Amino acid sequence: MAGKPKLYYFNGRGKMESIRWLLAAAGVEFEEEFLETREQYEKLLQDGSLLFQQVPMVEIDGMKMVQTRAILNYIAAKYNLYGKDLKERALIDMYVGGTDDLMGFILMFPFLSAEDKEKQHAFIVQKATSRYFPAYEKVLKDHGHDFLVGNNFSWADVHLLEAILMVEEKKSDVLSGFPQLQAFKARISSIPTIKKFLEPGSQRKPVPDDKYVETVRRVLCMYYDVKAN
Amino acid sequence: MAAKPKLHYPNGRGRMESIRWLLAAAGVEFDECFLETKDHLMKLKKDGFLLFQQVPMVEIDGMKMVQTRAILNYIAAKYNLYGKDLKERALIDMYVEGLFDLNELIMHHCFQPADKKEQHLATIEDKATNRYFPVFEKVLKDHGQDFLVGNQFSRADVQLLETILMAEECKPDILAQFPLLQSFKARISNIPTIKKFLQPGSQRKPPLKEEDLPKIMKIFH
Repeated sequence: MAGKPKLYYFNGRGKMESIRWLLAAAGVEFEEEFLETREQYEKLLQDGSLLFQQVPMVEIDGMKMVQTRAILNYIAAKYNLYGKDLKERALIDMYVGGTDDLMGFILMFPFLSAEDKEKQHAFIVQKATSRYFPAYEKVLKDHGHDFLVGNNFSWADVHLLEAILMVEEKKSDVLSGFPQLQAFKARISSIPTIKKFLEPGSQRKPVPDDKYVETVRRVLCMYYDVKAN
Repeated sequence: MAAKPKLHYPNGRGRMESIRWLLAAAGVEFDECFLETKDHLMKLKKDGFLLFQQVPMVEIDGMKMVQTRAILNYIAAKYNLYGKDLKERALIDMYVEGLFDLNELIMHHCFQPADKKEQHLATIEDKATNRYFPVFEKVLKDHGQDFLVGNQFSRADVQLLETILMAEECKPDILAQFPLLQSFKARISNIPTIKKFLQPGSQRKPPLKEEDLPKIMKIFH
């Protein structure tokens, strides 16, 4: 029961990456089983390990948890990264909802056609700079604290850092109008568990490439076209 | 502070409907401010009421909450519909998130172009009867209890009922192979707060009509 959590997913970011970030931020060691073949996936299905026939799946505390949000909620609560009361949790949930939406636009990116990638790139940058980053910039400016919620490190901080770094991979100077977020990024990146996760050799996954896309398509028999936003 | 929650959204289901269901199930009275025009939405944005410039937005306990999940999580926890401990919450979250995926699919049906509608309907039926409903049928069968989690009424039960009813609107006999879901549906529908919400004149919204779609689109685009 005190075994390490075990993550079942492709060897790439996708929907599992936020879970890796949160476990790492909480200082929790975890194992990973990478899906490479259709047979592996079908075995998981046949074993009844995937409640809705989907991954991510995380074995944790005797459960085979599925549904990214459920897994993240559980980890956040278990490791005290979910605020100290209902109202703080409400704020964290709101902020995480926003970064989730933003990262969702990036999630589908590798699966788009070349033409759609260009459109989506512009869309991501536009939404980041006009909708999401201004909201978090204001939150930090208004209370002047180091962390987004309750003057305490929480899941919301981890998720926002992850989102910032992902958008920067699309446009490296995207934070140029956001001084609070720049300071936030530096600050959160220096937290020991996060710093470790950001170093080479950690379980953080790189930007998805064609090999990743091919693996996902093969394992899930997902050969349809993904549309841009 | 003891004021009723106030919901800001167009006069239709969309992403606000699950919130209406949960408040109603909890026996909480709420007011609604319907968005009819783009100007109305612009005003909410300009006043700084919408954190990410989006609705749903619910004024509750001094907060202007946005993000459907955040709002539902808050209501569920506040009104004790979120299980008694972390593990029950984990189960509830898994079930509810699965149902959200099915709900999304059903919600998008009205936005499909005419030539894609039939295929989309087939996808909804396929997912409902092969991926989602079998899971909940099995959960109920395995523990033999009245409610999905912890032998107690929770948001998972509310969400499952809402989804069942929406799926039945797509295909009336969609529960044909699921006897336990049929009795679950009858049982949960009979809970006084739910029964009241299912009656005409409640704040439950009807499915979106084709002719109302352009008006909704104009608000947001």
